Amino acid sequence: MRKQFALLFSVVLAFALVASACGGDDEGGGSDVNVGLVFDIGGRGDQSFNDSAAAGLDQAEEDLGISASEASANDDGSNREELLNLQADESDLVFGVGFLFAEPMLNAAGANPEINFAIVDDASVDLPNVAGLVFAEEEGSFLVGAAAALKTTNNKVGFIGGVSIDLIKRFEAGFVAGVQHINPDIEIDIQYISEPPDFSGFTDPAAGKIVAQSMFEDGSDIVYHAAGGSGGGLFQAAKEYSEANNTKVWAIGVDSDQYLTAGEDVQEYILTSMLKRVDVAVYSTIEAQVEGSFTGGPNVFDLSVDGVGYSTTGGFVDDITDQLEELKQQIIDGEIVVPSTV
Amino acid sequence: MRRKLFYALAAPLAAVGVAVVISSIVLLFAGANPLDAYQNMWEFGTRLETLIATLNRATPLYLSGVAVAIGFRMNLFNIGVEGQYILAAIVAAKVGAEINLPPVLHVTVIIATAMAVGAFWAGIAGYLKVTRNVHEVISTIMLNAIAVSGVVSYLLGVWDVPDESLDTALPAIPESGWMPPLNNIVELFTQEIKRVELWGFLLVAVAVGVLYHFLINRTRIGFDLRASGENPTAAQVSGTDPKRMIMAAMLLGGAVAGLVGLPELLGDSHAYNLRFTRNLGFNGIAVALLGRNNPIGIAIGAFVIGWLDRASGVLEVRGDAPREIVAIMTGVIILAAVVAYAVVERKRRAEEASAAAAATASAKEEQEAWRAEQKQVGDGEGGGS
Repeated sequence: MRKQFALLFSVVLAFALVASACGGDDEGGGSDVNVGLVFDIGGRGDQSFNDSAAAGLDQAEEDLGISASEASANDDGSNREELLNLQADESDLVFGVGFLFAEPMLNAAGANPEINFAIVDDASVDLPNVAGLVFAEEEGSFLVGAAAALKTTNNKVGFIGGVSIDLIKRFEAGFVAGVQHINPDIEIDIQYISEPPDFSGFTDPAAGKIVAQSMFEDGSDIVYHAAGGSGGGLFQAAKEYSEANNTKVWAIGVDSDQYLTAGEDVQEYILTSMLKRVDVAVYSTIEAQVEGSFTGGPNVFDLSVDGVGYSTTGGFVDDITDQLEELKQQIIDGEIVVPSTV
Repeated sequence: MRRKLFYALAAPLAAVGVAVVISSIVLLFAGANPLDAYQNMWEFGTRLETLIATLNRATPLYLSGVAVAIGFRMNLFNIGVEGQYILAAIVAAKVGAEINLPPVLHVTVIIATAMAVGAFWAGIAGYLKVTRNVHEVISTIMLNAIAVSGVVSYLLGVWDVPDESLDTALPAIPESGWMPPLNNIVELFTQEIKRVELWGFLLVAVAVGVLYHFLINRTRIGFDLRASGENPTAAQVSGTDPKRMIMAAMLLGGAVAGLVGLPELLGDSHAYNLRFTRNLGFNGIAVALLGRNNPIGIAIGAFVIGWLDRASGVLEVRGDAPREIVAIMTGVIILAAVVAYAVVERKRRAEEASAAAAATASAKEEQEAWRAEQKQVGDGEGGGS
């Protein structure tokens, strides 16, 4: 028994030595800016804002030649501040992805004044070396709400929120305003998957599917989700309901163009997606750092800078894009003011 | 004596050894270099900053481990620490924010509130077991769900102060209710600590550990608890009321569970908000298992698991490995520890048994000689161990 262990251990060590001998340097050329990004719980692959931030980072790595490193908060998110500090030791620019980084970033950015920081979804950290990347989610949601109102045949649409927190209520507020702007008589079914402190609503496709199914059964024919990874359940429900009832119900995606990311089998049920360009925000912040023009303070990504918007892939909204573009212009011009709270 | 020490250390060391081997294999399969990974982790993990962060992580884990261990001692599987501490934390945070008292008293009231709420919530499970014979695993699972998704959700909604920020947070506890950091004390022995504060609640955790030791080993109720846990029938015959013991274990465990959320609340966030750390109750089960319900053992278990969690951040940052490797490592350590303890325990018993057999051998011989004289009696069943 003991001998076998010793043997196994030496084999492993031998492997390790060989592997370390083979490991080469793969430092790319280009800019000498180091960017450290800290994802929130879930990390890369969450099909939500973490992935969107990752896309921006990847793009910057490719285009700007920066070197990037990533980290994800642990399962309970208790080490955000330590990861920010750790990244600050090894980087010039450090991102925290998500508003829960606000307080950890206040501490970390205060303790590392020579390093630049940026936080997604928060503008509360008032330090010269912190950029707050915030989005007008309500404006983008307004447009997909208008699209839903223009496309519904049952005069009933639905909204699925992942977790009932202030951030997601912004999506709800914009969506409701958009629907009602087109037709105040349309009924809107609003449901949240989980309540804080339970955050499972962002990562539970099964629960998302059940909620979506009930909405379709109750007569909604277009359902918009702001539920991160749970949105996959909505797409599945739309497909199954359509096939089972020989009809067509629609889903509206969120954050990224989900027609492209959600999988081929559900593509034809995704009417459009509300785009929240975390990738653009991350990319442009890195670009500013590389060019030496980084500035702290709030940085609002709204319709006017295409920080939010709607997707047209699939061509399902081609017949109404004129109307949507007109609404978009009215919002940019201030003729329509979209509420951000419910 | 040396043998005893060997047996005490053999299991945990074997567990860590096995975990290192298995993690190395996983790392190799993931295309990473284990030596680099371990070296980075060691370099980062032995920084003073990281060690302080580890202690901050270990403090709630320790309290959670003790809370679970109190039940384990009585053969009660209290997996309700999760619900107990989250509920206790939000109520204590609210009470702490509403009152205004001189510093020490303020903190004391918050601690007492948290312990009372934790004990109350655990007491429900105890009551159900005593009166309705509902198994504590079932009731505590249910109570976890009710506490977190029901009561805490509701309270969070009611007590949230609407403001500009996206965070859902209760009002903050005034400064008199904070627990000051221990940085000054540590700095007497080391260099200056930067960017991290050692939470003052560490001292409370140490006190809880000492009290737990005395309670279990030096008091009547502790003896009754252990006796009922090891042999309920015998304990009952000797006059210990098992129902009373169940209630006592649940209430005590719940009171300690109530403390789990306070290190963070009193040392760092000073308000219950969406960042409040969850899952410490479940992690406490692993810590208690690793520490074998022993006050020192739980401390070591909490430190090891806490250290793995904190030191592992560097793996992803330096591109060595995804942080999931640490979940594998922690899991393997716990599994290996449980197996190693069982193996070592069996060996120890076997050795004890043979020693006992040797000691009784001479007595037995005399007995047999006597028996032979008294004609044959069949093969007599000698005294076992």
